[in-house]
Amino acid sequence: MNPEIGHYALVLALAVALLQTVLPIWGARTNDDALMRVGPSLALAFCGFVALSFAVLVTAYVQSDFSVLNVVENSHSMKPLLFKITGTWGNHEGSMLLWALVLAIFGGTVALFGGNLPARLKANVLGVQGSIGVAFTAFLLLTSNPFTRVIPAPAEGHDLNPVLQDIGLAIHPPLLYLGYVGFSVTFSFAVAALIDGRIDAAWARWVRPWALGAWGFLTLGIAMGSYWAYYELGWGGWWFWDPVENASLMPWLAGTALIHSAVVMEKRDALKVWTVLLAVLAFSLSLLGTFLVRSGVLTSVHAFATDPTRGVFILAILIFFIGGSLTLFAARAGSLRQGGIFAPISREGALVLNNLLLTAAAAAVFVGTLYPLALEAVTGEKITVGPPYFNLTVGALMLPVTFAMPFGPLLAWKRGDLAGAAQRLMLAFFLGLVAAGVAAYAQGGGPALTPIGIGLAAFVVLGAVVDVAERAGIGRVPAATAFARFRGLPRAAHGAALAHAGVGICLLGIVAETSWNSETIIGAKVGDRFPVGGYELTLARLEPRTGPNYRELVGVFDISRGGASVGSIESSKRLFTARNMPTTEAGIRTFGFSQLYVSLGDELPGGGLAIRAYWKPLVTLIWIGAIIMALGGVFSLSDRRLRVGAPKPARKAVPAAKPVAAE
Amino acid sequence: MLLWLAISLMTGAAIMAVLWPLRPRAGDGVSDGQADLAVYRDQLAEIDRDRAAGLIGAPESEAARTEVARRMLRVAEADAANRMATSSDRRRRLAAAVALVGVPLFAGGLYFALGSPEQGGQPLAARLDARPEQADVAILVRRVEDHLNANPDDGRGYEVIAPIYMRIGRFEDAARAWENAIRLNGSDARGQNGLGEALLAQSGGVVTAEAKAAFQAAQADDPKDPKARYFLGLAAEQDGRPQEAASIWSGLAADTPADAPWRPMLDVALARVGAPVAPTPGPSAADVAAAQQMSAEDRSAMVRGMVDRLSQRLAENGDDLDGWLRLMRAWNVLGEGSKARDAAAKARVQFAADTQALGRIDALARELGLGS
Repeated sequence: MNPEIGHYALVLALAVALLQTVLPIWGARTNDDALMRVGPSLALAFCGFVALSFAVLVTAYVQSDFSVLNVVENSHSMKPLLFKITGTWGNHEGSMLLWALVLAIFGGTVALFGGNLPARLKANVLGVQGSIGVAFTAFLLLTSNPFTRVIPAPAEGHDLNPVLQDIGLAIHPPLLYLGYVGFSVTFSFAVAALIDGRIDAAWARWVRPWALGAWGFLTLGIAMGSYWAYYELGWGGWWFWDPVENASLMPWLAGTALIHSAVVMEKRDALKVWTVLLAVLAFSLSLLGTFLVRSGVLTSVHAFATDPTRGVFILAILIFFIGGSLTLFAARAGSLRQGGIFAPISREGALVLNNLLLTAAAAAVFVGTLYPLALEAVTGEKITVGPPYFNLTVGALMLPVTFAMPFGPLLAWKRGDLAGAAQRLMLAFFLGLVAAGVAAYAQGGGPALTPIGIGLAAFVVLGAVVDVAERAGIGRVPAATAFARFRGLPRAAHGAALAHAGVGICLLGIVAETSWNSETIIGAKVGDRFPVGGYELTLARLEPRTGPNYRELVGVFDISRGGASVGSIESSKRLFTARNMPTTEAGIRTFGFSQLYVSLGDELPGGGLAIRAYWKPLVTLIWIGAIIMALGGVFSLSDRRLRVGAPKPARKAVPAAKPVAAE
Repeated sequence: MLLWLAISLMTGAAIMAVLWPLRPRAGDGVSDGQADLAVYRDQLAEIDRDRAAGLIGAPESEAARTEVARRMLRVAEADAANRMATSSDRRRRLAAAVALVGVPLFAGGLYFALGSPEQGGQPLAARLDARPEQADVAILVRRVEDHLNANPDDGRGYEVIAPIYMRIGRFEDAARAWENAIRLNGSDARGQNGLGEALLAQSGGVVTAEAKAAFQAAQADDPKDPKARYFLGLAAEQDGRPQEAASIWSGLAADTPADAPWRPMLDVALARVGAPVAPTPGPSAADVAAAQQMSAEDRSAMVRGMVDRLSQRLAENGDDLDGWLRLMRAWNVLGEGSKARDAAAKARVQFAADTQALGRIDALARELGLGS
């Protein structure tokens, strides 16, 4: 397909986005029905044009059309098809186009499924979405045009950065963007509410699923990014407190606070202003993340862009949206009606506590990430804020959050009974203590934080179980009834319990991996044998292989335990010929939830290779926990009360359960 | 043309996205109050469901119902004051006009500023399938490369592609190709000279040890080879042995016919090291004899005069590619970078229609570091 079609489609998308910004909001101000109706059709047109533009760029990549500069710089005709496709967003221009595409799809979704939204709210929401569309399509066209041509066309491309030639690129950025940009919808709702000066009941119903969806995608995106870095970078680390990682963690923390405060708003009609502020903050932090990564402020694998005009452009976008929305918030927040009072010890109170601690954690990450940049910009002094800072601050804030987590769901709305909740958690608490004791014994000395962490993780997981069991009445009612009640529980309750259990599981993985991992760094020749965490590795052979666009040296290791062979592991170093760049492909083998991790280093002068081998106990729980969290989000999303329904015919009670009197 | 058709259709679709919803229609929007009431009704239904499933007790369910009912009442009051949306013909016409005129003007204008509508798509497969006479240079090179990847022992192939690499400025590839040609076809003067020149171009005109070894190998193959002798002389000069350079070049000059294309270059080189220059068409024997007596300044003035004459001749009759190349080299040797660049520019104009000539000019410009 002719790349120029994609180029023109992108230009039209900008034109359409401009109209989408102006017409519906104008309609909402003048209460003009016809103008407000223009919003959805323009949002769909925007979606169509951006999608067409994206499709054209993908086609150019697949067909290796080297008359497109972006393809020349980031593709290679010998690359496997999958990496040709993913290479589309493995670079600055393409990834911004993906960003715009996700934005357009979400706008289109609001337009399609927003039939029951109040007309004014819908018009304002689409208008705000349109303005974000304007900013990003203009950014693409004016500073990062993916359709720039190069004539005469070269016969071969420069290939994609080899680190990115991985299945991870197919998954990580799209998930992350679904998360980042998902918060644009909650942002649009928040700003729309501020523009109109009122929050409808439909508002909370819409904001919660979008926040949940965005949060779920962001959770998966961050987890996937962490796993990718873990196996691709060859250091065996899964979180580096790298500014780019922090950039995704900040909106996640704000988003986590948002989904909790949205519950209060939906159920109790309270915390409205706070929820609006969180919705604004979550997207602002997403934009900030985009700025940090895209402007080239940070130098890392992610910063493809080093062009200062881009940085200035994104900074302008940032100032406009964050500054504008916060100003609007300051001006209008007072006019939003507050509602719903509650005692400090109550479900609402617990959620407020959660919100305060999570926002504080986000603030801590914010300071740690931006302070060095600001300092360098002002004084020129370079400092590094490293893991100790983040571990201390974020850790200190997350500890009470996780400890309080099991209590929240057991407290009643409005007025809770803390003693009662504590009583019901006694068993979980006791088992947590047992787990901590076992951990301390197994460890036999060492940092006291480890058993505490293990105990806390167990407490959180068991607390989630207790929550569901209590609701179903297990132990108090006959088993059949309890099971029926268990099934009849709102999916949101299941979702919350699952997500909370996921946090516990993740915590367990983090504590176990950081406390008990063992590392062997050794220079080995073929036939050498060395121990790693209870296993013995033997470098069986080294063999060169040739891939489609790389050559590699593969080390094959035999694994044995107590003399018995338990399989083998392959680890390799690749050299990508087009860019003459090496990558490491760590060899990973999973035993239960733990992993054996081997990566090849440089060749040593006396023959042989430097080899790093790690034993990482329970490390997979970190990502499994994150997936369970996201799964909890899915459950919660699928809860019927979250769908905005047209006035439905009164529905009969779920027949699965007979009415049972509560105790 | 297909592109224009697509552009018109897309523009039409964008305009319709505005016009279609603007057509007069009875207000079917959901008013704020209605939407709120729908939500509250759903909440009441949920309370009933939870009550029925035994998830909440009777008192809690009553309390929740009361609260929702309170909210519903509040909305009903507010909604009574809320007018239904209307629409005005004036605003509608304005919006339609903006769509009809603004969209094509804005999109068309921006696209013409940014896009390249005259360029079609160039999928690689189609370019590779094109008939040889239609293929572009990049593709021709690639074809040979693909052939060589498949038949890495085809020495002839490397000999074909090496000069092309030189011409398009891929000196590293050229050196590698010559190395392969020498490995497969055996060492000969042509191959070794090619390798030496490629290395020379890579190092920006410095005869490195490797390059010198290549020229020596060329000379071993053919002691009379002028190229090898010239560059070995240059190596001696760069190593700070002008005497030796002068003797090598004088020997070469004696074997060089007066009309050889490299003759003027050789003369310039000879003059530079203060050696006698052979007669015509360059400086006469007398000139050269005089040159030896001259001070460095005068000598350079004499050389300059020769170069000026060449430049003048080319200005009158420019159809002499070798002349232009010689002129570029000469100015460069004299340290007149801007004049060399100027000569390159004039030569490009002269041979604008001849891609091969342009390639040679560009290659030389790159070799001399003039920027292309």
